[in-house]
Amino acid sequence: MAEQVIIPGWKRWLENIGDQVEFFFNFLKNIFTGGFEWSEFVRQCYEIGYRSMMLVGITSFIMGVVLIVQLRPTLVNFGAASMLPKTLAASFIREIGPVIIAIICAGKIASSIGAELGSMKVTEQLDAMEVSGANPLQYLVVTRILATTLMVPILSVIGDVIGLFGGFLALNLRDNMSFSLYFTKVVSAVDFSDFFPAFIKTIFFGFAIGFVGCYKGFHSNKGTESVGIAANSAVVTASLWIFVIDAIAVQVTSLLFYK
Amino acid sequence: MEKAKANTGKNQEASTKKEVVIAIKGLKKSFGEKDVLKDINLELKKSENVVILGRSGTGKSVTIQCIVGLLKPDGGSLKVFGDEVEGMTATELKQLRIKIGFLFQSGALYDSMTVRENLEFPLTRVLKLKDQQEIDKRVEEALSSVGLLEAIDKLPSDLSGGMRKRAGLARTIIVNPEIILYDEPTTGLDPITSREISELILNIQKKYKTSSLIITHDMECARIAADRMLIMDEGSFIAEGSFASLHKSNNKVVEAFFKDIL
Repeated sequence: MAEQVIIPGWKRWLENIGDQVEFFFNFLKNIFTGGFEWSEFVRQCYEIGYRSMMLVGITSFIMGVVLIVQLRPTLVNFGAASMLPKTLAASFIREIGPVIIAIICAGKIASSIGAELGSMKVTEQLDAMEVSGANPLQYLVVTRILATTLMVPILSVIGDVIGLFGGFLALNLRDNMSFSLYFTKVVSAVDFSDFFPAFIKTIFFGFAIGFVGCYKGFHSNKGTESVGIAANSAVVTASLWIFVIDAIAVQVTSLLFYK
Repeated sequence: MEKAKANTGKNQEASTKKEVVIAIKGLKKSFGEKDVLKDINLELKKSENVVILGRSGTGKSVTIQCIVGLLKPDGGSLKVFGDEVEGMTATELKQLRIKIGFLFQSGALYDSMTVRENLEFPLTRVLKLKDQQEIDKRVEEALSSVGLLEAIDKLPSDLSGGMRKRAGLARTIIVNPEIILYDEPTTGLDPITSREISELILNIQKKYKTSSLIITHDMECARIAADRMLIMDEGSFIAEGSFASLHKSNNKVVEAFFKDIL
């Protein structure tokens, strides 16, 4: 009976980092070599983008409503009720919209990619693809990571618009403000330095969601239990990465735009 | 005369050498402390069906996974079509894999694609075929060979176990491989479907002149499909011969397999 080899935690952690770096470079290599899977990329954009739109829309709308309801009493106390559209626009576009939408996407997309690739591994579909001479990285990984990198920023912009519209409706429950006035106040509150860094960070959020989902699914073990573990750990890791990226983005943005 | 004889001998030797498509010598593979393959020696000749029989966990699947480069052996020599697999570049390995078909135990159909798309996948991604008429023709021909043409537009989830194996087999033969590796092709099937799959393996060998390594526990499959059988135990082969000759063997492990065979 062979003895089980126990690998120390730090060594496993380092191996994991090494695997992720290798996976990243393989992803980069496969973007530019061997032809691009356009049809699969478009299918993934539809699956990831279009099918997440309803969830992102509803959540953003509720967030817009809730923020107005929560902000209103405080601003009214200061006699600054007219600042509500501006406050909502700045906070939603700069921070709340991108982060909340990315977290929702991590829950929906990273888990679904992790579970899909994990179950493909368990049922030997990844091996079948590899032994047939096809490249599973090119077909499955490159398309999914690029699709999330493209679709999360688009979802984020759509979510911002819907959230701000939710804010307008909530504002009109208690106050009376025309849409044109609300729109003017929102636009005047947001300039390039608000929108651009927020948009750029959603590209990184999208990449992190796709990368983590693919990595966790691709490197899951071969038992059925590992599919659940891959999905779960994809959500947890992607969510963590979103906050790390956000923290870095805030620092960089403040250095570049708000000296 | 002596010289002529020597030449004839050399020609015969060359021809025999040419016929060997897979040559394995002293193959070793361990996982951690466990030695799964200890000393595997095997020759598969052109158009030959070799059945590898053995208990679960003796290393049968590991052997065929080493052949296609899914696993890296720890020692020994593994040559396919005369070329050592170890040390092949990614391109060489890809070219080799096109010549080797692999039927997985579960069929391993891509479950997001229909049967047609599953079969088109190796044609468009590996052989890079563009002509849709030719692709359709090959897909229909492969499905007809396994008697599954009526399921062409079904999803794998709509197929029975036997139909999945047939579809997997069709996807394997569609690129006209010279060697097919079968990983437990009849496991989980009822006796009638098992027999049909075993006969299909034999028909494919005859029709496409393929060489096959078949891993199985199914004695009926071995009886139908095997030209030659190898019995594996504890990481090495312990007996070799035809079904009939092994039936008479006194080896206890071999006897255990043939116990219920009349």
